[in-house]
Parts: sequence; structure tokens; C-alpha cells
Amino acid sequence: MWKTELGKSFVRKEGKEKVTGQVRYGGDIEIPGLLHAATKTSPNAFARILEIDTSEAEQMPGVKIVFTGQDYDQNVGLYLSDKAIIARNVVRHYGEIVAVVVADTYKQALNAVEKIKVSYDVMTPVMSPSDALKPDAPLLHENMEAYSHIAPIHPEPGSNVANRTKVRKGDVGKAFSKADHVVDVTVEIPPGDHVAMEPRVAIAEIKKSGYVHITSSTQAPFVVKNLMSHFFDVDPGKIIVDVPMVGGGFGGKAGLQLEGLAYLLSKKAGGRPVRVVNTREDDLLASPGHIGLESHVKIAADAKGKILGMDLVFNFNSGAYADYAVNVSRAAAISCTGPYSVENVKCDSLCVYTNMPFATAYRGFGHIEMSFGIERAMDTLADQIGLDPVELRKINAIKAFDTTPVQSVLNASTGDIETCFTRVSEMLGGNLGEVEHVDAQHIKAKGIAGLWKAPAMPTNTDAGAILTFNSDGSCNLNVGVVEIGQGTKTGLAQLVSERLKLPMEKVHVVMPVNTSTSPSDWATAASRGLMMAGVAALEACDDAISQIKTIAASVLKAPERDLVYEAGQIFVSDDPTLSVSFAEVVLGYVYPNGNAVYGQVIGKGRYIAKHLTDVDQETGKGHPDLEWTLGAEGVEVLLNVNTGRYKITKAVCCMDVGKVVNPELARGQVVGGMAMGIGYTIMEGFKFNTRGQVTNGVLRDYKIMRYDDAPEYSVEFLETPQQDGPYGARGLGEQSVIGMPGAISNALSRAAKVSLNTIPMTPELIWKQMQKGGTK
Amino acid sequence: MIQIKGLTQIELNVNSEVRTATISPEDTLLRVIRESLGLIGPKVGCENGDCGACTVLLDGKPVKSCMMLALDAVGKEIVTVEGLNDTLIQEAFVEYGGFQCGYCTSGFLMNAYAMLDAVPDADETVKSEWLSSNLCRCTGYEGIKKAVAFVQKSQKNK
Repeated sequence: MWKTELGKSFVRKEGKEKVTGQVRYGGDIEIPGLLHAATKTSPNAFARILEIDTSEAEQMPGVKIVFTGQDYDQNVGLYLSDKAIIARNVVRHYGEIVAVVVADTYKQALNAVEKIKVSYDVMTPVMSPSDALKPDAPLLHENMEAYSHIAPIHPEPGSNVANRTKVRKGDVGKAFSKADHVVDVTVEIPPGDHVAMEPRVAIAEIKKSGYVHITSSTQAPFVVKNLMSHFFDVDPGKIIVDVPMVGGGFGGKAGLQLEGLAYLLSKKAGGRPVRVVNTREDDLLASPGHIGLESHVKIAADAKGKILGMDLVFNFNSGAYADYAVNVSRAAAISCTGPYSVENVKCDSLCVYTNMPFATAYRGFGHIEMSFGIERAMDTLADQIGLDPVELRKINAIKAFDTTPVQSVLNASTGDIETCFTRVSEMLGGNLGEVEHVDAQHIKAKGIAGLWKAPAMPTNTDAGAILTFNSDGSCNLNVGVVEIGQGTKTGLAQLVSERLKLPMEKVHVVMPVNTSTSPSDWATAASRGLMMAGVAALEACDDAISQIKTIAASVLKAPERDLVYEAGQIFVSDDPTLSVSFAEVVLGYVYPNGNAVYGQVIGKGRYIAKHLTDVDQETGKGHPDLEWTLGAEGVEVLLNVNTGRYKITKAVCCMDVGKVVNPELARGQVVGGMAMGIGYTIMEGFKFNTRGQVTNGVLRDYKIMRYDDAPEYSVEFLETPQQDGPYGARGLGEQSVIGMPGAISNALSRAAKVSLNTIPMTPELIWKQMQKGGTK
Repeated sequence: MIQIKGLTQIELNVNSEVRTATISPEDTLLRVIRESLGLIGPKVGCENGDCGACTVLLDGKPVKSCMMLALDAVGKEIVTVEGLNDTLIQEAFVEYGGFQCGYCTSGFLMNAYAMLDAVPDADETVKSEWLSSNLCRCTGYEGIKKAVAFVQKSQKNK
């Protein structure tokens, strides 16, 4: 009998190749005749470009072309076409690319870049959303009304607002007027970076036939294909995007990145293959990072702690361009209350331009930012009422059949966050409101946060799966999901193994994605790969089984309904001595005399999101979310009250993820997300001088977590099934990043007895706050 | 002091083979290993010595190959991840989730391998000193920690 292996921790399908140096990423690929690009970037945050003198650079050895903003007069943009391919006439952030040299070798390109001279008329940069929103603020995009945009985005020409999303639910004024308790909390997050270990890379080649070949480190090959077709007027069928292994994404590789630039460089170089690969500095600054936020959270509650209303203003810091940021701010509005049931909600979520490096998607997509303010306000409220922080969260926890801020009803698949709160509290040893004086200098404290996330995605988000077979009866799964380290392809193989009752070693997965041979798949983003491609993969299995049974029925001379299968054999159920193997039928059956019938089995499966709508521009009402993952997180910190230095000693998470297909891979995703959230909260973010220049634009100064910063992690899963997911599974890749700012700031605020509402929470910041004395 | 101008040919001992490369004096060991010798295990992560994705062994010690000139590696024994063959630490990285995207893995493996060789019974303080010189953005270091602990335990039991 087939014994289920769902829930067994198989090692990664690509694991062996990754530990032997055999995996090829975009930067490892060599093509005969490949040309190499290097960039010249702006030292100014906001300036008019007066002149770019490329004459000397053009004469340098090996140089093929020099490209400037004047070479292409159209704009591009994911949702809002606000960006020249590289700066044209104006630079809007420090590190923006102003010229590119293409040469025979990378070294030659770098040498030639040194010879480019750019003169600027420097302007005063706008360095915060609140400054950008002032009536007399300089406009970053004077021609905003000329930009094209998609319908769900609402730019406001004549201002620095690239998008505004409004949520109006119930009567917030009334809720606040009858409240026993009101808290008002403001938090700030600076823009920063994903720091995927692989810098972004794209290779473009234009064939004489008109076919455009792109090799890219993208998370979204089909987005790249469609946007390139749209912006560069190439037939979509003539754009082939090939994705080798990708060295980490975290949202940073989900849009159109270097592909358009590589295409235009190749075009100018006569179609020759050109590689653009970011230096680490360009990856941090020229390519987009994560969004910043100024968040104003007001909560009204009754005497017992029941939340009556929330009044929220999110001023997101998009930086110089909109990219994904206009949808990040929208996603945050849609989930604006955090995982709490609130009857009366008002939220204005703005995506605001500033002269900072621009933002794209980042793990959590608006939810980590939104969550920080909400969770700080929850703890502030708990303190004010004198309630235990866990209790307050449980009283207000959202459940199945409650409505979200955009008035969409949560269905029966909704996870059990109340139990998550209980478990996180227990995992931390309880008594979260208490601190422990370890010695004269050290205080131990704990903090908790709730989290929820739904994928922000188009209403027609799709996935597909193709299943082909080999002569030994094994199969090959081809999906459009990119392997960026999340391990989805191994999880999908487990789903296929389960459905076909074939051992894992007989399920092969196609690792690279190619838009001309892989089925369409919206993007490897929003934690939806396992669920959506999983449903498609199961449908492909069912399709293949049906074909296999048709052939077997004919061979075994038995009706299909009497056939069963297991471990690569099809049996007649009431006479198992009669059987035929997958190997004998999957490429067509061959009779002893050589006659062949049926041909190969090809399974196909599809998925498209159902019942989704956009949100109303005035009220936010709508049904934009397919599924929700809920959970809770907590930390224990040890703070030195004399220095402000601290160590995160424990980080815990309990999340309701539906069926856990591969526990170790799932845990790896959750722990990785927790680590990223910890780094985000305690040490990351760009620093700027008064001229808007980034002063930590290299990894020496832009700190991310290292080995010795890692806490002890504990992770638990609840498995409330996702009814429309494959075997009950749903997304879990991003969510664990979300609760960390709240949990850490709550723990540190409790330990330091001050309100810590600014990221990054450096020892210096804590020490200064403690000198001032707090309000807590 | 060696004085070299323009292109020159050098011999490098990499993964127990003597390989010839034509280089410029300013070429880093990382670029020469990747571009002249075709060994792509060592990765370009920052070319500033911050991330460790380019780590190789030089006479058994881990070095960031982006931070040294290829010329300086002449006469030394270089080992890249391609030169590790079925070592326990590689197996442990697969088994214990020592990586996700894999981009930092070649470098991390070299560092961990060298540490386990030099200080087989490294305690947590020693491990922190060694392993904090490489960056991993995916794992939160939990899988790496478990993998190293597994190898230490296996070595003890031998």
C-alpha cells in the first residue's frame, strides 16, 4: 500500500548541485561574443543633468557603445510609467544610473566609465514623506499626468503622491467618541535593501529574426516578458526569458529590473549579447530596495480592551520611482488593521515620492511595515488599560467569517491565530508583560506580535503545470515557478509524488524556467507558488493518470473504473495479477509484434485565482485577497541598560500554514524570514547625509545579520487546511518576517521603559531615548 | 618585489591541478579563477571582502579571493568548492538546510571546512568568530549551525 509521504522532509532536489559549485546563476553563464556593461551613477540625490561628455570613454580600448538617457525617450514602470530606463535629464536619487558603457570585457567597461564626465545643476532633495507632502514641496515628477498607469493605482499629479488607497469601514468618528481608551502611535522605517546574495543580472541578445533572448535573475519571467512586449513593442512570442537558478529574491527581483536596459544596450550594439550585472553598490542603490514608512496609528478601545475603531495614516516612502511601491502601499491598506477584527476603520495609505533610492516589492509586501505601527500601538494600548499584551491580542483576534478592513468575509480556511498567540506566549515561558532583572546591568524582556498576510496580486493570477514521462515510468514536472531558494520545486515534486503514488526519486523537476517552454505563471512572488502551481500540478497528475488508465484499460482488457495504480504499476483491482507498468504505457504501448498505440502521456494542469476583485477607490470595499496566512511571533531580549546594547536571545513563531508538505523546508523559510525581520528591525536601513547621499551604500556599512547575531529559533505550525489548496497547503514564504519589528520593539520598549518606535533600533537610539526618559 | 606590467602568464595550483592563466597584475584571484580557469563555484557577491561568497582555501586557510591578487596566489595551494569531494560538511549542508538559494554556499562551505579542519572541537565562541565572516541572507544561519554541529559530532564518533 502507498503510504503518504506528505509531511516528510525530503532534501532539496537541487541540493547536491548547490554544495558542489555546479549550479549556474546568471553571472556564471558564458556566451560566445558576450559584451559586458558597466555603469556611471549619480553622486547627487536630485539634480538636472546639464551635460554628459562621453567622448573620451568612447575612445577607450574595447568600448562598443556608450548609452545615456538620451538614447531612449520612453518611460517604463510596472504600474506607473514614471521611470526612464536610466536617468534622462534629471536624477532623482543618489546612485541612479546616468550612463552605461558596453565593452568587450568587464574590465574595459569599468575603465571607460571612469572617463565619462557629467555636469549637474544640483537641487535640494526631498528627504521624507512628510516633507514631500508639504504644499510647497518640490515635485519629483512634474509630468505625472502624462504617465500611463493601471486602474487600481491612483496617482495625484501636481503632488508627490504616486498612489492613495482609502479604506472606509463603519463609522470611525463614532467609535472614537465612545471609546474608553485611545492610543496614538507614530512609527518610522527608513528605506533599505533586500541584499539577496546574488546581485541582479540580465543578458539580452536580439536575433536577426527579431527574437529577443533574455537570461535573467528574475523572480517574474512572465512579468518581464509581458512588460518588455508592452514597453518595447516586441511581440510577446518573440521575447524568450530564460531563468537559471536565482540567488535569492525576497521581492527584489520580482519586477522589470535590468532586462529592459540590457535589451536597449544589445539593440544599440547591433543585437550582440550584452550582460548587465550589478556591482553590490548598484544592487543596493541603483536597483530598487525596500520601502520606508511614516505610520500614524490611532486605536480606540472600550474599557475591557475590545477595539472599537482604528484611524490610520500610512505615508509610504517610495523613493524616486513607483515601481512596486504603489502596490505595496495599497496592499498595506487592504490589511491595515493587522490580524484583528475591527468594525470601524479609516485608513489613508499614500505612496509618496522622495529623493531616496526607490522601492520595489520586499518580503511581506507592505505587511511588515504596516505591522510595526499596529503592534506598537497594541502594546501601548495594553499598557494603558493594564492588560496582558497576549490577552489584548486574543480579545481582538480575527477569525473565520469576520470581515477584513475592505469588508471581505474570511472563509473557513482562515487560520487559528488565537492558538498561535497562546503557543507563542508559552514558547517564551509566559508572563510577557513582566521583565526580569538578570543583574545590575541586564534586563530580560519579551515581546509579541500578531501577523497576517494575503498575496497582493492581479485578480487573474495564474499558474500551470506540464507533466511528461520517461521510459522508466518516471515523470518530469515543468512549472513556471522560479527556484529562488524557497524550495517550492521540491514541495511540488512531493505533491506529484503523492498524487501519482510514485516515489520521490521518480519525480524529476525542471529547474530553469523558460517563458517559451514553461507554462505561464504570474510571478514567483506573494508566497503563492506552492498553492497555485500545486493545484495545477495535481490537475496535471489527474490528467496523466486518466491517459495512463485509458491505455492500460486497452492493454489489460478491463474497464478504466476497475483500474488502480501504485508505485508505477496499474492493476486490475479485483485481480491484481493483471498489471502493466507506467514504463510500458507512458510513451505509448508497444505490442509484442512491434505495433504501437496511443503515443506519450502528457499531463496538463491549470490554475487561475477565483472571485477576486479590485478595491473601491473611495471605500476600499472589495475582495482582493485569495487566502490569508495568520500567525504570531515573539522574542526574548537581553538589554544592557547602561549601554543600550542588547542581544535577541530567542525568536519564536507559531503560524497556521495549512498542510505542511515538507517540515524542514517550511521551517527553513520561516526561520529565514524571522532572521530577515530581525535584521530589518535592529540594524538595517539606509543612512543619508544632508545632501541626500547614502552613507552606507556598501555591505561593509549596510549591516545585515551575521552568524553571531542569530538567536535560538523555535517554530511551530498549525494546519487548518486551505480548502482550495493542494492537500490543504497555503503560502508561508514571506510571513515570518512580518511580526519581528513589533515583537522586538515591544520587548525592548518594555526592557528600556521607553517607547521605541523607530527602525533600526540601534543601541545608540535606545541609549539616547533612555537618557531622555520615556513616556512608557 | 615583483614588477610586472601588462599581460603575463602564471601558473596556479588549483584543486591539485597546475593551471596556466594569462592575467594582468591587477586581476583578483576571484576573477582569474572564474574567468580564466572556469571554476564558477566562488561567487561574486560584493568584491569588497564583506560577504565571503568568494571564499577559497589558500594553503588550507580560508581567504576572500576578491581581496587578493591572482599573482599573490602563485606557489600556493588553492582549493575551491569544486575541489571538495563528497565531504561530510557538504552532505551536512544538504541534510540540515545549510543553504536555500545556494549563492553564499560555496564560500560558506570553504570557511566551515577550514574551521572544522583547524579547530575540530570549536566551541560556539570560536564558531562565531570564524563563521561570522560570511553572509547568508536565506537561512538565518540555523541550518549552517546544525550542519557544522553534525560534522563535529560525526568526527568525534570516528
